[in-house]
Amino acid sequence: MNYFVIGYYALLIGGSCLAAYFKKREIFLVLFSLTLASFVMGIVGGQDALWAVTIAAGLLALAGGTAYAFREFLVIVSGAQTAKVLRTAPLTASFGMFVIFTYAVLGIFAPAIAPFGESDVISQAFAPPDEVMLLGADQLGRDMFSRLVYGARNTVGLALVATALAFVIGVLLGMVAAVKGGWFDQFMGRVIDVVMSIPGLIFALLLLSIFGTNLVILVIIIGLIYAPRVFRLTRAVAGNVVVMDYIEAAGLRGEGMWYLIRKEILPNSTAPLIAEFGLEFCFVFLLVAGLSFLGLGVQPPTADWGSMVRENATLISFGEITPLIPAAAIALLTVSVNFVVDWMLFRSSGLKE
Amino acid sequence: MANDRKVLLKIEGLRIEGYADEKWVEIVHGVDLTLHRGEVLGLIGESGAGKSTIGLAAMGFARDGCRISGGSVEFDGMELTTTPEADRRVLRGSRVAYVAQSAAASFNPAHKLIDQHTEAPVHYRIRKRMESQEDAMELYERLRLPNPREIGFRYPHQVSGGQLQRAMTAMAMACRPDLIIFDEPTTALDVTTQIEVLAAIRDIVDQFNTAAIYITHDLAVVAQMADLIKVLLKGDEVEEADTRTMLESPREDYTKTLWAVRSFQRPQKSRPDGDAIPIVSVDRIDASYGATRVLEDVSFDVHAGMTVAVVGESGSGKSTAARCITGLLPPAKGRILFAGEELPASFRARSKDQLRQAQMIYQMADTALNPKVRISDIIGRPAEFYGGLKGVALKNRVDELLDLIELDPSKFYSRYPPELSGGQKQRIGIARALAAEPSFIICDEVTSALDQLVAEGILRLLDRLQNELNLAYMFITHDLATVRSIADEVVVMKQGRVVEQGPKDVMFTPPHHPYTDLLLSSVPEMDPNWLNTVLEERGVDNIGEAART
Amino acid sequence: MGDVTRIILTRLGLGLLTLLVISVLIFGAVELLPGDIAQAVLGQGATEENLRALRTELGLDRSAPVRYVDWLSGAVVGDFGVSLLTQSPVTDVIAPRFANTLFLAAYAAVIAVPVAIVLGVIVALLRNSLFDRVANVATLTSISSPEFFLGYILILYLSVKTGMFPAIAKLSDDLTFIELLDRTFLPALTMVLVVVAHMMRMTRAAIINLLASPYIEMARLKGTPAWKVIARHALPNAWAPIINVVALNLAYLITGVVLVEVVFVYPGIGQLLVDAVTKRDFPVVQACCLIFAATFILLNLAADVGAILTNPRLRHPK
Repeated sequence: MNYFVIGYYALLIGGSCLAAYFKKREIFLVLFSLTLASFVMGIVGGQDALWAVTIAAGLLALAGGTAYAFREFLVIVSGAQTAKVLRTAPLTASFGMFVIFTYAVLGIFAPAIAPFGESDVISQAFAPPDEVMLLGADQLGRDMFSRLVYGARNTVGLALVATALAFVIGVLLGMVAAVKGGWFDQFMGRVIDVVMSIPGLIFALLLLSIFGTNLVILVIIIGLIYAPRVFRLTRAVAGNVVVMDYIEAAGLRGEGMWYLIRKEILPNSTAPLIAEFGLEFCFVFLLVAGLSFLGLGVQPPTADWGSMVRENATLISFGEITPLIPAAAIALLTVSVNFVVDWMLFRSSGLKE
Repeated sequence: MANDRKVLLKIEGLRIEGYADEKWVEIVHGVDLTLHRGEVLGLIGESGAGKSTIGLAAMGFARDGCRISGGSVEFDGMELTTTPEADRRVLRGSRVAYVAQSAAASFNPAHKLIDQHTEAPVHYRIRKRMESQEDAMELYERLRLPNPREIGFRYPHQVSGGQLQRAMTAMAMACRPDLIIFDEPTTALDVTTQIEVLAAIRDIVDQFNTAAIYITHDLAVVAQMADLIKVLLKGDEVEEADTRTMLESPREDYTKTLWAVRSFQRPQKSRPDGDAIPIVSVDRIDASYGATRVLEDVSFDVHAGMTVAVVGESGSGKSTAARCITGLLPPAKGRILFAGEELPASFRARSKDQLRQAQMIYQMADTALNPKVRISDIIGRPAEFYGGLKGVALKNRVDELLDLIELDPSKFYSRYPPELSGGQKQRIGIARALAAEPSFIICDEVTSALDQLVAEGILRLLDRLQNELNLAYMFITHDLATVRSIADEVVVMKQGRVVEQGPKDVMFTPPHHPYTDLLLSSVPEMDPNWLNTVLEERGVDNIGEAART
Repeated sequence: MGDVTRIILTRLGLGLLTLLVISVLIFGAVELLPGDIAQAVLGQGATEENLRALRTELGLDRSAPVRYVDWLSGAVVGDFGVSLLTQSPVTDVIAPRFANTLFLAAYAAVIAVPVAIVLGVIVALLRNSLFDRVANVATLTSISSPEFFLGYILILYLSVKTGMFPAIAKLSDDLTFIELLDRTFLPALTMVLVVVAHMMRMTRAAIINLLASPYIEMARLKGTPAWKVIARHALPNAWAPIINVVALNLAYLITGVVLVEVVFVYPGIGQLLVDAVTKRDFPVVQACCLIFAATFILLNLAADVGAILTNPRLRHPK
């Protein structure tokens, strides 16, 4: 027994007792089952296991605290209407917003933040971390940290552009199909069905094998592959709006299609479309990362998280976590966007009733 | 009537909360209710009055997202708010039963009707399966369902709405409960179907001396069914009295407004001389959706400054006729004439001026106004689009239109539709139609979603506008009271055909066409004896017959 | 029954048609190559003579529709032509690898499907509890992580640090079944983690949707006990959504397999496809894409047919 183990259990049991005293049933259940689980983990995994639990709990608490503070911050700086909405955001959503905000700062100010250029070779291959290189060097001796920062700009930027392209195509065609109806709608529906019956990654690989891998082609291909999904959603959302009497009234007035889309339908479909943008961004982002990981996406020497994982994968077999950092960066952003989207979808579904 | 004066259900100070926007909000604020054995209580109120919630609370049940937060519910000496759920559950189906509004959605699509019927009695060991099936057939017969021995072996989607509603009443009766909650059982039905279901429900409740809570928003219906009436408003009780007292001398102002029989009736105008050209003339049109023929050989005229009411049940084709006139559904045969000139069949082929001349006002003001557009733009757009008005001229025109529909321009100019009440929204819909300066307006059930008093205001407004602007109206409605108050001529439709048409006074005096007769006599009236009288006149056994022919 | 048969046959016909259109797309895409296949294979420096020789060898002198019909009629009987790189028949290269991929997908599915459905139903029944919220965060995290992230984490902790399972899924013919399961455990687990998360969320949504139907409330108001509400009233109507969820996720597995195979150097069709794309071996790329697309369409078809078969409205027509 040492002080850490004693303190560990004291804290857990004390916490459980307090929760029970204040009748916080769920907190008590969590804390006390954690206490019981810790007995088993402590015996099987020794002190290390308990440390791992402590660190995990600490990280969780830190994330929760950050999320809480960031939400309060947003509530204070935003207007009354927005603040009221933000107050209802769960901690997961505000954590997501915080991460998205951080990534945006990283991406926009990348050259100012990164200590080195994205393709500057400054030391030996796989050099270990020191004061200059926070995360060590990669397989060519470039600074990992700098490449990570630039990666935020390149990978996220690429995914954003591709998603935007998919959205422009999908929303436009979806709206037109909903308003026009008839043969155009039928025809588009069929075409979309066919395109969507090829898995996205496979389709991308097929097209990339033919057109080669440069950035413009990559964006266009990904945009085209995801446009059908956006089309479907837009068609469904706009379909719900098109049946409204005010659309009929505008149509009977003799308004043109463009007016209907711009003034009548779009203002009533923004909420689901924004949520969908978040979701699609996640898919596109994962696809871009996956393609880069396969060596078919962003090409060297441009810093990109997917390729960084691939390039440094050999380190895994030495028990190093370095190649996991860019992968974790991908996961963290996707999770964050999903958290925010989840909240938005929950809000819009809750408001419907 | 309630001769056995034992108290069956006693609710005191009932409070119910609903979960909305991350917090609990009280939706029922302390309602009391006492029901004796064999008594039928009508709960009446608008949507949001908390009727259904109270009905379910009488079964010790709260929907997900609702909770009983105070008061007591005592059923036959058992306090339901403190009884554990397991014991409350045993009451449901056996001693208290429930009949839902939509029978089609409330029957499980995966099981036959009779299997759902026998579930509760077999579960509670009241009857064996075979006995229970026999009993079901007997109940089906008493409820005058066709083929009572066979209909139970069908799946819900194979049976019509009115029949399902009766099958559900039979299911509620399966264990011979002491109390049945009827939650708007006829709201989704047509008037001619409604009358059969009403009669069936009333008879069976009478025969078994079952107590019932009958929830509805329709006064005339509750007048037929209930011994006592309780009026609710936004989760509060307004007043309670026995049916006759309540109908004859309501105490509270709110109740009086509900009871107010439509007092507005304008003098009937007669058609101009024979050779005057009607503003709209529907000339022998046929129309179909895909392969289904929905209109057949329909003709009628609408003259300037006059109102033609088109009456019929759902599926009669009255809305389709309007769609043909507006050009949304080009007729397969026949012509639409506007002031003597033939209109192109599709609205896309019509000129801007032709479109301007015919405007439309919709039933649901909620869906007729874009919630994301300001009132000023909703009304201003037609003036801008057709009249080319801009800037100050446009603003003046919008103000003028708002004045015309009796809304204060300074208050409403820059608001959005969701901030308005139902009646105000409907007025905005009227203003939008007027902004185009039309000569003909189609009013599609414009008052049926509104409360009595508000509806009357709208009718008065429409009448005033007709006189000031010499407008012609086509009034689509199923509500004969509306027809009586505003129509000059009446067109009765059934299954896509015009059954009868003529001036209102002629149409409302017998002899009628048999269908007109059925339709007129099926509309519930406030008189508590109405149902009896109608049934007597028709002869109880052939109501079903009459409805089908 | 005649009605159902007709609907199913229509659906099958539609699926076949889709597949046909896709085969045109896959074949036609290669035709869009700047230059042609011969040019792409031999590069810019090729002489006119060599180009001509290769074109004749590949049959490029014939018109595209003729070659398409030729290719498709071959594909139907399992002949996808000859690999540009190894000169061996594509089918010989693909067949054993396709079997491996199917094995891996089946391995993952056998674990994932029951686990996900049971967990999904539990989470739906306990909705809005703490457990539900934790599960929500956990599944979201799992869905959001790229497959290679999960894969490398598993390699790091279950293989490199603890040595419980092999990191590289090397296969050979003399493995016993148990050894095979052990070798392929990590790639299978990676896919299980992602698919379970997807499936749980979809099952939860489907069940919650179902439990909100008026007939479930009616059943409760008839005093039906909770287990019977689930078994008798919810389950018969839950088959269609659950079949749908399973089929969609199996289809997802098929795509996810590509990345996982690369991470674990698993000799499957996904890795083959990636190699072929890098080396621009078009006959192999076309064959792999067609196989992936066909599997995907087949699974979606299965979902639709399942939904039709379990729909009481269609089983008992008016």
